[in-house]
Amino acid sequence: MEVVDQEGRTLTFSIGPQHPGSGHFRLIVKVDGDFIVDVKPDPGYVHRGAEKMCEERTYIQNIPHLERPVIFDSSGILFPYVLAVEELLGVQAPPRAQYIRIIMAELNRIISHLYWLAIYGIFLGHSTMFMWPMGDRELFIDLAEAIGGTRVTFSYFVPGGVRNDLPPGFKERALKTFSYYEKRLEEYDKIFFSNPMFLKRTQGIGVLKREDAIRLGVTGPNLRASGISSDTRKDEPYSSYETIKWDIPVRKEGDCYARSMVRFQELFDSLNIMRQALDLIPEGSVKIPMRGQIKGKVGESFARTEAARGTMFYHIISDGATHPYRVKISVPSFRSLSAMPFLLKGNHLADMPAIYWGLDYWPVEADK
Amino acid sequence: MDTFEEFLKRVITIAFWLLLLGPVIVLPIILLVLPQFGVPVEVANRFLIALINPLGMLQFIDSLGLGPSSLFFKIAAFPGFTFAALFATLVILYERKLLAKMQNRVGPLYAGRFEGILQPIAELFKLIFKELLTPEKADKPFFWAVPFLAIAVGGAFLALIPLSPEIYIAKSEIGLVIIFAILSFTPLIVLTAGWASANKFSFIGGLRALHQLVSYEIPLILSTIGVVMLSGSLDLMKIVQAQASMWFILPQFIGAAVFFVTMLAELERIPFDLPEADSELVAGWYTEYSGMHFGALQLANYIKLYGFSVLFTLLFLGGWNGPAILPPLAWLFMKLFIVISFILVIRGTNTRIRIDQLIKLGWVYLIPLAFANIFIALAVASLGIV
Repeated sequence: MEVVDQEGRTLTFSIGPQHPGSGHFRLIVKVDGDFIVDVKPDPGYVHRGAEKMCEERTYIQNIPHLERPVIFDSSGILFPYVLAVEELLGVQAPPRAQYIRIIMAELNRIISHLYWLAIYGIFLGHSTMFMWPMGDRELFIDLAEAIGGTRVTFSYFVPGGVRNDLPPGFKERALKTFSYYEKRLEEYDKIFFSNPMFLKRTQGIGVLKREDAIRLGVTGPNLRASGISSDTRKDEPYSSYETIKWDIPVRKEGDCYARSMVRFQELFDSLNIMRQALDLIPEGSVKIPMRGQIKGKVGESFARTEAARGTMFYHIISDGATHPYRVKISVPSFRSLSAMPFLLKGNHLADMPAIYWGLDYWPVEADK
Repeated sequence: MDTFEEFLKRVITIAFWLLLLGPVIVLPIILLVLPQFGVPVEVANRFLIALINPLGMLQFIDSLGLGPSSLFFKIAAFPGFTFAALFATLVILYERKLLAKMQNRVGPLYAGRFEGILQPIAELFKLIFKELLTPEKADKPFFWAVPFLAIAVGGAFLALIPLSPEIYIAKSEIGLVIIFAILSFTPLIVLTAGWASANKFSFIGGLRALHQLVSYEIPLILSTIGVVMLSGSLDLMKIVQAQASMWFILPQFIGAAVFFVTMLAELERIPFDLPEADSELVAGWYTEYSGMHFGALQLANYIKLYGFSVLFTLLFLGGWNGPAILPPLAWLFMKLFIVISFILVIRGTNTRIRIDQLIKLGWVYLIPLAFANIFIALAVASLGIV
């Protein structure tokens, strides 16, 4: 609906940074009756200078703090970093390490999507859909903990491979969890995704058309929900993703429902990818042995991967020292931010949580 | 303070000492000092006898007009306010345990020895000890009046609802009309709360509640007209008597469905809890209320939940009618349990609806359905089925 900003008819208030529906982030919203006239996002409350911190630390020391902006998807934000550093070093991870990285990245994608789903449920007032994914997320956290040693921030990927091999008996345990979880996903579908109340709240809400999605530069599931078949894992395969077969979930509608269904479908796809990776995984070492401080050659390197929220991109400049000269991180959440005011304007105030969290915007990631 | 139980022990100890010290100080005053000021000795003696002899105590209370058969007892204790408040706390506990089981959780577990049974009491103490914050720019008299008014409306609502042929507070030929008249105060209270809080979220929540309550009162009243036509009375006693052979939910199924949906909207429960939608409005019109103010508003809401569930049982489920193997009150509470469980399960399985969808649902679907229901009642009555 078209709305006009008329003097004396509007009410301005800020949602956040201390609000149950905002996160570390503020939206200055202007409403006319029940309709949103204007929205000004105000990010930056949790900026910690992750890029600047990289310049003061060695390549290995950078690993733990780079995970912090997105602890639910810690492997997702670390993946392109290790790929870019490996490019600077001129090495490539051994095949076994590449498949282990796939498994870890997909586990993290599921953990991140389940967190998103839980918050989406409670934002729409569905308390059961808050509790179920939060509880089932523990299954995958347990699996990731068996590999990485900690619950969320694993610091598991290192330049030249991964820190340690898979634990014994991991494959059987993982397959058991996957087959149990596929049954749970059907229950999710029954109680939430097929619920007529959910359809009423999301279908046709916050429509991001194909050309708008390209113009505003959203990535990942948000882009795929607008009818564009784009996935870095397929377009520019890295880390042996080219050996794995799956279909990119694409929907044409571009509304909140499409965005949530793409993410829901990706849960199935991630299970599928991990099953194939567990079958294809070869024997061998998991890490190229390196002695002393790592020093990159003078030059630049780029790496692009598909994190849970979209395309994660790193640009590292090295001057040959033990620490990088400059690290630039391009995060998917910041790209969703540009679409947010565009989608919110003209909608009902009650659609604000559905659109805002439907984009899977994570303030800490955007602020870096 | 280590645990809740230790705290309870301390409270009991204080009460014990107060009770012990009371006679030592109060009795001499009554027996020695008061006669000096011209109070007859009989009054003082009667009080003393009452203290020693419990039966005498009952007589003493009766003589003051506060006995179990008095109106005061009915209003204050059973089946009035205290009973409803206790029932409401039980419903809160049941709601939390049931939702927890639906969501693969355990729910309240630690307060009390068995399954967190003392959790509502622990929460009550928590709310009592919290500070009552009033916003600086709030309209203070109105802000403070709202919790009391909400409780008053909830309590007045109960006064007209009988629990069995013997247990009732007030009986009226036009009981149903009075109930709806009392309920129509609620939008006023909610709007006052939203306006007096001087908070934008409260204000939007109050306006939403106003829209919701006003537009849903119409289908609520219309859906009961069928029942009134079939029973030929506005008196809830007679409505229940008329259902001795058949419950009205069978010929009046549409009416019962409309009443149930509007009941959820009037109670501001999921899927119609948008006046307090926490994801965009913090807590709606409750936002600025803290401590026991908030507790009172919640209590009023749960008393209304109890009242509405009883009303649904009386109007559509035959009230206390049932085979004589159980007393009437037992039948009523069994039906009540089913109705309340149904309300709670809906809370666990649905998302919140949007305000425009809610208004549309009310005016476009529920009101025509309620009218259709009236014609069904007319047909049923003229065919002589009931």
